Parts: sequence; structure tokens; C-alpha cells
Amino acid sequence: MSTTAIPTNTKWWNGGRSPFNASYGKVMMWYFLMSDAFTFGAFLISYATLRFSLNDWVDANHVFNAFPFFGHQDLPLAFVSLMTFILIFSSVTMVLAVHEGHKMNRKGVENYMILTILGGIAFLSCQAWEWTHLLTGEHFALTKSGAIEMLNTTVSHNPWGHRISGEVLTNALRHTSPDVLRSMILEHNHSATLASLKDLNANELISKIDLNEVYVGRSGPAAFGSYFFGITGFHGFHVFSGVVINIVMLAKTRLGHFEQRGHYEMIEKAGLYWHFVDLVWVFVFLCFYLI
Amino acid sequence: MSSVATLQGADVQESHDTHQHHHHHETFITKYVFSQDHKMIAKQFLVTGMIWAIIGGLFSVIFRLQLGYPETTFPWLEDFLGHWAKGGKLQPEFYYALVTMHGTILVFFVLTAGLSGTFANFLIPLQVGARDMASPFLNMLSYWFFFLASVIMFSSLFVQTGPASGGWTIYPPLSALGDASSGSKIGMDLWLISMAMFIVSALLGGLNYITTILNMRTKGMSMTRLPLTVWALFFTAVLGVLSFPVLLSGAILLLFDRNLGTSFYLSDIAIAGKILPNEGGSAILFQHLFWFLGHPEVYIILLPAMGMSSEIISVNSRKPIFGYMAMVGSLFAIAILAFLVWAHHMFVTGLNPFLGSFFVLLTLLIAVPSAIKVFNWLTTLWRGSIRFTPGMLFAIGFVSLFISGGLTGIFLGNSALDLHLHDTYFVVAHFHIVMGVASFFGMFAGVYHWFPKMFGRYLNNTLAYIHFWVTIIGAYLIFWPMHYEGLAGMPRRYYDFSNWESFKMFGSLNEFISFVAMIVFAVQLLFVFNFFYSMYKGRKVTSTNPWGSNTLEWTTPIQPGHGNWPGEIPEVHRGAYDYAKDGHEFIPQNVPVGADETHH
Repeated sequence: MSTTAIPTNTKWWNGGRSPFNASYGKVMMWYFLMSDAFTFGAFLISYATLRFSLNDWVDANHVFNAFPFFGHQDLPLAFVSLMTFILIFSSVTMVLAVHEGHKMNRKGVENYMILTILGGIAFLSCQAWEWTHLLTGEHFALTKSGAIEMLNTTVSHNPWGHRISGEVLTNALRHTSPDVLRSMILEHNHSATLASLKDLNANELISKIDLNEVYVGRSGPAAFGSYFFGITGFHGFHVFSGVVINIVMLAKTRLGHFEQRGHYEMIEKAGLYWHFVDLVWVFVFLCFYLI
Repeated sequence: MSSVATLQGADVQESHDTHQHHHHHETFITKYVFSQDHKMIAKQFLVTGMIWAIIGGLFSVIFRLQLGYPETTFPWLEDFLGHWAKGGKLQPEFYYALVTMHGTILVFFVLTAGLSGTFANFLIPLQVGARDMASPFLNMLSYWFFFLASVIMFSSLFVQTGPASGGWTIYPPLSALGDASSGSKIGMDLWLISMAMFIVSALLGGLNYITTILNMRTKGMSMTRLPLTVWALFFTAVLGVLSFPVLLSGAILLLFDRNLGTSFYLSDIAIAGKILPNEGGSAILFQHLFWFLGHPEVYIILLPAMGMSSEIISVNSRKPIFGYMAMVGSLFAIAILAFLVWAHHMFVTGLNPFLGSFFVLLTLLIAVPSAIKVFNWLTTLWRGSIRFTPGMLFAIGFVSLFISGGLTGIFLGNSALDLHLHDTYFVVAHFHIVMGVASFFGMFAGVYHWFPKMFGRYLNNTLAYIHFWVTIIGAYLIFWPMHYEGLAGMPRRYYDFSNWESFKMFGSLNEFISFVAMIVFAVQLLFVFNFFYSMYKGRKVTSTNPWGSNTLEWTTPIQPGHGNWPGEIPEVHRGAYDYAKDGHEFIPQNVPVGADETHH
């Protein structure tokens, strides 16, 4: 090794030292994040391209209005706000872990890493709930066949188009199967049962539907689900990787690897990745929930 | 303490300091297979790239047989290709598969991984004065992801429905719909998965190259003293790290469209009278994502060849490179412009003509830095004491091809002319000369020049001269006539032209091109023979600096071990191009500046 001691009077870029004294590992992580930003950038730009080439999109306040254990209450964006808060807060605990690392306080690093990992797991759990809610929840939508069908939100189904009413709705009801009509009644009339509706014909069923209570939309562009699941899934995969990395970092802290090494730089590198994942979420949040 | 770790990866540091103790622990597996030595990884990339080049070249010979001799049957083809060449005649589906795989293999596996993978790995640590890459472990992974990508792509050649066959640009909807053609079935999925692995490999490699160049330079090796090879490989890595991720995104969306029922690229399509449910997607979107990689990719292929040619031309002209800073600046300008011109591949997609003129302007701007480079190469050669080593011949050949191919680029960059020339043989001729053959020449120049450093032996000169002259004359004979065919409107990617009255006159010309292509391919096999023969039986290198070169790789032992320098890494006192200065033929970078020297 030619350079065991580094003279302080050499310039940053003259060789023999790392510019700005940044270690190669940190520099490498920054370049990786730049590269990954291009991956997400490509996804989000293609999302924007497609979304604004279509006449119709979804109303996020309407799609994302559910909250676990709150049933049918309309709470627009409440749950995603909680998710976002959890993820941002886990960035705060990450900063604190890095800070404790600078102070060479192993116990402190451990505690804050545990909180960061819990934050990441909590975010992923929230995402799992939201995905399940969208994938399993069925909604009444006017499809291309001209009839009302029950659709869940998938990469090829989107029940979240504009609400229909008036003549369009009454026409659609005439083409709708009795099974769907019964579900529409059951949606608001809690005293009715499937057995009590069994013998009614289509016209009788339609007369029992309270059109002010049942929300029927057109089926919207399938691209919504495709991009939503595609991009939040890709981001969720990043969060998942981040959680795994953080668990490895926690284990290495516990085993005293960084204490032996004399610095907690690995925690800093994991932190860079974690903050990046949070930052990306801010953009995903903006694109899918706010705009 | 951490200042040492800052400069050199921990593993290398250890392997060097304890070199004596660790030496006998090296097994065949750690030395030749899962090696973390950048020089061995470079050789792995080179040999894998050569195998791919033979496969890809062979494919072109087979489809040239069809183009040159459309009426003839070749019964031996059936023995070789089975039902893909029924009755000795290449089937149209397999013709498209061959063209697609030829492009994919040559563009990605040979001229990206084989070229930058080899020379970035080999030259960066040696020329900046580092023991190894910043992260030797990620470097090893980079090769093995490339290997994995290679295995997947290779296996796609053997599936029942054949490999991907929608062209190397894999435009949807053809590539997105499994029912669209036999090559759009499983072969297409394997193509996408293989490319995803390839992108991981390119990313791991690129991160290492950038970091090594910025962080691991030896003392005195300021950025403006870097050899031009290193500068070129630096910009190549930056281009790769920022453009490949966009292809990854595009490929993931395409995989979703193929397998999960999404409609990112699909809208209002019917296959065989059956209307598909896909709505709202945009096939043009894919082209934007693809060419955002695709155009920088051209420079990922070309820049290493430029860098190596600059170095080899200067060394063998025994003159300093003309306009070092202009060379660096033009590389930088090309790297920036590379990201801003992708839509010139899309003039005929219905692109807004106003937007088109913006891309025309930026495309033609590339002529400026390109011309700077060409004039600097020529002025470096001017009145030099030129040694026509095989490496030098190929470097000069590179300049020749770059000029010839670059000029036709000015035609194609004009949207008005491109309307006529788009997807004709003019395009085929243009890009084969300027990025295909030219980059191959850069690669050959690099192999001939650095073979002594890689293996401690020389390549056979007689075979090398035959290789050079046949290849350069052959390349021009193959591609020059294609310009005329293209101007006459002959479209690329057609299986058989004999049914068109207007293209019948090119029948004998096509036959001639195919004939020359076979000869040129045979001569490449001569090179492969020379390579492996000389590796074991070539003339031994007896001095550490056989070319009288200034750069640091020639200060290492003839066959450097892992860690490159047995003692301390030399300190650098001057730029890489002090040739014919103050009465010295050359002054290596590690020689201190003497009192009698004129100011540098």
C-alpha cells in the first residue's frame, strides 16, 4: 500500500485519496441510488404518459377511503396518510441510528435499528392490507357488455370510473343479471335476505334498489390497476429488501462487527438506501393518491 | 486507520499484505472460476464474449445464406438446424429468430459485456494504479450475472417455439402477444429474463468502474492525468448505470403485459379476427423507454473503442495525443448528447414534427465532438513515427470506419431523409459500420495491444495482419453496397426479396455480400485460433514495457499477480502522453519530472 498516511495538503482530485474523503462504499451506494432513481423515474414517467393520454382516471379520494376496522365509513386518504407517516418516521429512527453509530453507541444503534425495522414491517403490513382490500372488495360497475357487474380492482379490472345515474343507470339495470341486482339491494337494505329476494323477478328487484344509496360507476381504465400494483409493488419490494438489509445490519451490530471495525459506516450505507426508498414513496404517494 | 480502507477494498488490502501466506491457498475454483482478481474477471468476460461472437457471427452467415441464395437449398442445414431448415431451406420464422438473436448477442453480449466487461475490468485498476476494483466481490458477481444471462439466452435457442424473433428492439405488440408469432412465446420471456440479469451485471460492473476511477487513483494520478482509455470507460459506465435501468423498467412492464394481463403497451388489437380485451396502452411508450437505453447503448459500445484507439494511436505514433483536454471534453459532450437524441430512432412513429426537429438538431450536434475526435486522431498520426503493429492497424481501421459510418449518420439524423431511409439497408449499413465493425476494431486493437499484458505472450503477427486486411476490406465490401440497396428502398428484415420486381436487380449483389461475409467470418475463426494458440505457444514477452508505453500497467511485472504491483503502487508525476519530449522517446507516468524538463 503506497499511501498509509495521507498528507492533508494534497488536493481532493489529485489521486492517492478519495475525493471528499468519501469511502468507496458510500460513493457506490450513491451511484446505485441514482441508477435506481432512473428505474423509478421510467415507471412514473410512463405512468404519467399513459394517464394523461386517457380522458378518464380514478378519483383517489373515492378509491382509497377505507380504514381497517372502520367498516364503510368514508375516510379519504386517511389510511395512506398513516402509512406515509410510519415510513417517514422510520426514516427519522434511521437517522438516529446513524447518529448513535457516530457516537459509537452500540446499544443506541440496536434500539433505533429495531424501531426502523418495525416501521418497515408496519408499512409493508399496511400495504398488504390495502392491496387485499382492493383485490377482494367488489364494486358495481357498468362494463362494456352494457350490464352492471361486480368488479374488484386488479391489473385488468377497474370499477372506479365516473358515477352513473339517470337514464344510463336505468338502462343498465335492465340488462343486469338478477344475482347482481340482489347484491345491490343487500348492499343497503340490511333487513333483506337472499332467501326473501329469491322469487322476485328483475323488475321487482330493480324497484327495491335505492339508487341514492348504491354507488355505480363506469368501469375505468385498466391502466390504473396495472400501474398502481406495478409501481407500489416495485416500491414495496424495495422496502422489503430494505427491511432485510436492516435486519442484517442489526445482526451485525449485535455481533459487534462494527464495534471491532471501529466505525458504523455500514449503517450509514443502509441508511442511504432506506431514505431513498422513503423519498421514492413520496413521489409514488404524490402520483397515485394526491394528483 | 479508515483512510487505508478508503482507498482499497478490504479484501484486496488483505490479500496483498498477506500475499505470501495466502498464495498456496488459491485453488482452481478461486483462481479461475470464482476469481475476484479484476484481470481474471476481464479474461472471463473476454472468452465468454468471444464464444458469443462466434455464435452471433455464425447466425449472420446462416441468414446471409438465405439472402444471398434464396433459390438454393442446403441439405446440410437440415442436419444442423432440424425442422427450422426443412428440406435445407431456412424457414421464415427461424430467419427472424436468427436476425433477432444476431442483434441481441452482438449488441449486448459481445460489444457491451465482451468489450467494456473485458477492458474496463482489465485496464481501469492497472491504469489508475489500484490493487483491484473498489469492490472485487461485486465485480465477481457482475461476471456471474452475465454468465447467468448468457445461459438463459442460450437456452432460449433450444425451446420448441424458438428464441425471440421480433427484432433486437423487441417492439410490442409483436413481442407482447404470445399468439403473434412463434418467437413471441416462451423465447420472448426468456429474452426478457436474460436481459434483466444482464442489466444487473452491467449495473454491478458500472458502479465498480465509476467508483474505482473516482476513488482509487494512485497518488499523483489527477483526473487530467488519466489515460484516455480510462476516461472513455468512465463515461461508458456512467451511460450504462443511468440508461440500463430504463430498459429494465420497460422490460418489466412488457413482462407484465405478456403474463399478467396488463395493457401498458397494448390497445385495440385483434389477432386472427379475435379482438383482444387490452385497452388504453401505448406501443410508442415502449419505444421511448427502449430507445432511452438504446441510443446511449450505441455509445456504451463505441466509447471504449474510442478510448483504446486514442491510447494505441498515441503510443504507436510515438507522439502525444493531440488535444488531450479536447478529447476528454468531446467524450463528455457525447455522453451528455447520448441521452438527448433517442427519438431520432422514432421519426416515423408519428412523432410530432416540431419535436422531431428538436431531436434532429441535437443529433446533428453530435457531429461536432465526433469531428473533434477524428481530427485529433489524424493530427496525432500526422508526422508521427508510426509503428504498424496489429493493434495500431486496427486502431487506424477504427478511425476509418468511424468516419465512414459517421457520415451516413448525418443522413439518417435528418428527419426528412429518414422518412425515406428508415428501416432500409441504408440503416443496416450505417450502424454496422459505425458501431458494429468499428467497435469490433477497437476491441481487436485492444486485444492485440494488451494481449502481452494479459497472458505474457504475443499474438502471432502474420495471422494478425491477414486478420486485419481481410476484415477491413471485407467489412467495406459487405456494407458499402448496402447503402445503395437502402437508397433504392430495399427494406431490412425481409426474408426473401426475389418476389419484388424492384429488388430483383440486387440478387447478384446480395449473393456477393453473402459470399464476402462468409470469408470474413472464416478469418475471425483464424483470430480465435491465434488467440488460443498464442495463449500457450505464443512468443514470450521479455520486457515489462514491450510497446514503450507511458501508462502504469506496464510498470507491473510481466505477469502481475493479484494486487498488481509486488511492492508499492508507483506514484504518478505526469500525464499519460509524454512521448517525444525533450529528446526522450517516451517518459512513463511514474518518472519524476526532471529539473531540465520543459514545463508540461
